[in-house]
Amino acid sequence: MPTHTLQPETWVDRYSDYLYNYTIVRVNDHIVAQDLISETFLAGLKSKKNFKGDASERTWLIAILKRKIIDHYRKKNSKKGQAEVHINYTDDEMEGDWLEERVKDPYYKTAEDKLENNELRLAILECLDTLDERHAAIFKMKTIDNFDTEAICNEYNITPSNLWVIIHRARKAMANCLEKNWL
Amino acid sequence: MKLNMIFNCEEAAHVCDRAQYNEASLWEKTLLTIHTFFCKLCRKHTTRNARLTKAIKKSEVQTLSAEQKHLLKKRLRQEMMQ
Repeated sequence: MPTHTLQPETWVDRYSDYLYNYTIVRVNDHIVAQDLISETFLAGLKSKKNFKGDASERTWLIAILKRKIIDHYRKKNSKKGQAEVHINYTDDEMEGDWLEERVKDPYYKTAEDKLENNELRLAILECLDTLDERHAAIFKMKTIDNFDTEAICNEYNITPSNLWVIIHRARKAMANCLEKNWL
Repeated sequence: MKLNMIFNCEEAAHVCDRAQYNEASLWEKTLLTIHTFFCKLCRKHTTRNARLTKAIKKSEVQTLSAEQKHLLKKRLRQEMMQ
């Protein structure tokens, strides 16, 4: 008995941000990421029949997306040019030059930091998914997209005090969820 | 001016939320500090709330714009119609 069903109409609202954050760290290009997400949704739609219902919708879409990302790199590699330019700063002739570039970057993040942030990003979006849909959307607009209170109120036709109540509840739920899954 | 906040947890929580978005005044933040000095529960809540803000900021989580989502939806809908 399948425990999960597919609802393609809700995919964009529910999963596009998650898939985007998953993709952007892997392809590092906004447009490519968007294309891959679009392709993933279309591929999901096409192979809808193969969905057994064992995994959640999101896990299933991520599995498709992974294949798409691999395909993207395969395609890119097959088109690779012959000429490659190697830049070597520690050339003997240039000794002493480019000292600035050898100084430690104060904004440098270690690979570990970056990895941790990637995971945190996905954990945040997973927690958002557990919230009420409307609350999650409002929380996202306010906290992640930094929209003005007024703009959100107009969009959802609510009063500022309504908004703050929603934000308060969402923050509480998010803190609980992240404490359980992350912190 | 809003002095009752010192004794009112609900009011304090509201200011604490607004402070996370830099929308609380210095006066409100001072009152919040006084409140949390006496109120253990709110002190805990304030710490958690600030930790959430920090985590979200640190993660640099991004979202697709409404326009991009609209395009995605449109394409998906077209495919579903076929």
